Order: sequence, then C-alpha cells, then structure tokens
Amino acid sequence: MKAIISVVGKDTVGILAAVATKCAEYKVNIQDVNQTIIDELFTMYMVVNLDNLTIEFTSFVDEIHKVGEEKNLKIECMHEDIFNLMHKI
Amino acid sequence: MINNRDEIIETIRMIEEENLDVRTITMGISLVDCIDNDIHKSCEKVYNKIYRYAKDLVKVGNEISKKYGIPIVNKRVSVTPISILVGVSGGDPVLYAKTLDKVAKDIGIDFIGGYSALVQKGFAPGDKELIDSIPRALNETSFVCSSVNVGSTRAGINLDAVKIMGQKVLEAAELSKDRECIAASKMVIFCNAVEDNPFMAGAFHGIGEADCVINVGVSGPGAVRAAVAKCPKDASISEIADVIKKTAFKVTRMGQLVGVEASKMLGVEFGIVDLSLAPTPAIGDSVAHILEEMGLEQCGGVGTTACLAILNDAVKKGGVMASSRVGGLSGAFIPVSEDQGMIDATKSGALCIEKLEAMTAVCSVGLDMIVIPGDTTPEVISALIADEAAIGMINSKTTAVRVIPAIGRKAGEELNFGGLLGHAPIMAIRPQSPKTFIDRGGQIPAPLNSLKN
Repeated sequence: MKAIISVVGKDTVGILAAVATKCAEYKVNIQDVNQTIIDELFTMYMVVNLDNLTIEFTSFVDEIHKVGEEKNLKIECMHEDIFNLMHKI
Repeated sequence: MINNRDEIIETIRMIEEENLDVRTITMGISLVDCIDNDIHKSCEKVYNKIYRYAKDLVKVGNEISKKYGIPIVNKRVSVTPISILVGVSGGDPVLYAKTLDKVAKDIGIDFIGGYSALVQKGFAPGDKELIDSIPRALNETSFVCSSVNVGSTRAGINLDAVKIMGQKVLEAAELSKDRECIAASKMVIFCNAVEDNPFMAGAFHGIGEADCVINVGVSGPGAVRAAVAKCPKDASISEIADVIKKTAFKVTRMGQLVGVEASKMLGVEFGIVDLSLAPTPAIGDSVAHILEEMGLEQCGGVGTTACLAILNDAVKKGGVMASSRVGGLSGAFIPVSEDQGMIDATKSGALCIEKLEAMTAVCSVGLDMIVIPGDTTPEVISALIADEAAIGMINSKTTAVRVIPAIGRKAGEELNFGGLLGHAPIMAIRPQSPKTFIDRGGQIPAPLNSLKN
C-alpha cells in the first residue's frame, strides 16, 4: 500500500528532514519526493510505501499531523486510492 | 499505479485550497418495524434502532476522513417519515422529535431528518397532526429537520397543505424569533421530494428504501470555480462545460470512494452518491462565483439562468460516469444565506426572489435559505410555495421552499444563523395578496405530462 504525504504552506528549513525522520521511525519507505512553488505557496509531496508500517495507518496519519503542527504547516498523509480514483476512469 | 505529479498536486490543491469536501454521509434508517400502538413504546424502539445502527457513524466518518485526507463535514441520519408512525401510535408527535433529538445528540451526529409527511394527494392518518406540530418540534429540538411534500408531477399539488405550510413557516419563525428565527431554517416544503436525499433539511428515508443504507452528498463549488477560472476568457462555452464535467467527475469519484468505504466499514448497503454542488459561506466555496467566473458581472443579472443551466447539466454529466449509483437531488444548490456570492448579489440588489425562482427551474432544488420580511402574510408564503411547486410539477423535477421570515425585521436588515447556515440580508417579497386563491383549497390537478403510461 502506498500513500502521499503532502506539505502545503510557507517554506521553512527542515521540513523534509522532519517528515523523513518520522517515516524512518515507523519503517515507511520514501519512494519519490517532489516539490514546487505555486502562487508563492510551497507544495511538496512524497510518495511513500507503507508495506512495513509498524503502527495502524490512522495512527501514522496522527503522527504526521503532529509534525505539521510543530512546523506550523499543513501536512497530510492520504491513501493512494483517492488519487487513483479521481484521475483514472 | 501511483499518479503523475500534476494529478497529485491537483488533488491536494482541490482539498487544501478549493474547499473540496464530502458534505455529508447520511445513514438512512427505516423505522417501519418500530411502529407501536403505544407512542412511548414506539419512541423507545425508534431510539434503540437508530442508536444500534448509527452509533459508529461519526467514528467511521472520521476514520475515512483521516485515511484519505478528505474532510467529511457532516454525519447525519435520515428516517422514515414520522407521520407514518404517528398514524399508528397517535399521541403528541413532538415526543418523536424529542426522541430523534436525543439519539442524535447521543451518537454525536450533526442533523437528523425525517420529521416529515408526504401529503401530495391528501392527508393520511397522522399527517395533519405531524404537520401541526412541526414549529413546536423544531423549536424544542436542536438536531431535528423537517420536510413536507405537498405536490408531485403524478399527483398534482395539495393546495390545502400549501395553505397550512405557509402558516407553519411563519409559526416556526415566531416561536424562535429570539434565536434568529432558526426553526424556520430547518423545514422544507417539497414538490417531487426524493426518497434518498442525503442533504438537510429535506432528507428522509423513503418507504421504498432498504432497511438501512449509506448515502453520500459531495460538494465542491470551489474546485469547479477554480477549474473554470483557469480557462482563457475567450474559451467557448462548450469548453467551459467540458471543464466542469471533468471536475464534477473527480469530485464525484471521491464521494463514491467514501460511500463504498463507509458502507463496508459499517456493514450497511451503499445507497447513492448525490451529485450536488453545495456551497458554504466559506470564501471561495460559492456557486454564484462559478456563474460569475463563467462570464457574468454578478449573479442575478441576465444570463444567470443560462449559466446555471449549463453548470447544473455539466455537473450531472460528469458525475454520473463517476459513480455506480447516482440519486438524491443531484444538481447545483442555490441557498442564499450559505453562499457568499449570493449574499453579495442580494446586498447589491442584483439578485431578487423572482430571479431565484427562475433559477430554480433549471437547477436543484428551489428557493433555499431566503430570508423574507417578518411581516409577510402566511398566504404570501403559501403562494410562494405554490409557485415553486408548480415549477416542479410541470417540469418533473424536485423543487422546494425554505424561507425564513425575519420576525420584527424589514427588507435591508439581516439574519445571522452562524456556521454552515450562514447569514443573509432580508429580501423583499411582493406583498400583493393571493388570499382568495390560497383559501380556495382543494387539489391542483396533475398536469397532462403526468400521464405517461
């Protein structure tokens, strides 16, 4: 199973490191990282593999949210199905 | 196969910046097996059944929301029209309202709908008693929503019921006048009401429905507006319609995903996805702004009806392909107090009640969340209901009226409901009396186009 971790907001130092550390802690493998700036808004997403995730998916989402709160950014972790269903017939 | 970069960013932006959400997961529950001769026993069975079926609804909604990162704004329950239960049990119908209110509070849902009666062709036992109690029931509860179906293409319009409902709207507003007349915002008068509508205040669980189903209402005016805004100013209207269709497809797919997942987790049959564009007062979540993005200076001016017709049709065409089961009201909503663009257009004088009436002929659903002067007579409200029902009856579509008389206030002043219900300036309504017409009573005959067999 895969998920997308997304970060939207003002660019600050250490976002990537904080998210990556959290992923490593729960054995989440980062497969791709992409970042862009649209309308002065920093948008980053990571494609992650959750096959070896050591906790419940929803608990992992809580952990990721916490990173967002600490950094004052909107960080989400979304199951891949939503992306696949929205863009493929 | 994970998507490409642009698709991922598009989805994230739709949710983060364009207010894309699932407006509601509504569990429809049949109360037919709760009917008892003794109203107290009947209420007890109603409470127990709703509690048993829906106790995990909020939890499951929140879990799905977390899994997919998509907000699910409301969790609701709709039930069998309560008038049917009153018909057997007798007693004070408000006892049912209080039971529904208590169970709604106990399971943590946002609204419960079904304090309803279907009287398009006459009053069955229980109907009049329930209708009579609606203002009191809504004033004495917090979560209960009520609807009455007064007409249909097949049956015509019950003018006696129309007359009564004009009075009840005013009564509900009077009773709650110290709380912004809020009770009137929780009652809807329908023509051609649908049995699987997940949206409030008009949701009820039709008697043709299964024991328990999950219906989902999607939203997404902000996402549609943003997609239209990206089109060049000289894009043809066919291209605009295509863009809306594509966006509606994406929005609906999300609703389908949530509905299927919720039904699996709750062990309940999946009902329908309602393909609706439901605005909220949040900035950027307005249907009026989509119409303006399509090329109008302001919603309410000439061209509004045409643009709304295009929007409504494109939403359905895009959505229908995205879901295995489509139903409910399915179309663009135009609730004035819940839509910042409509509020602004009302304030500037661009939007009036007659234009809204014309707009209801080409969209779902009707005159919705419109605040009218408090000194409006009951027969004027009844005639407004009759006009709206006539549009529904002749055009074989659902229409509805949800107006809030602002007791003690006049055109130009404002009511503020807060939250999703928003705020709205009071809209002028023509005061010429239709009293003789309304007092005639009887049944407006079903139109010729009802004879389809």
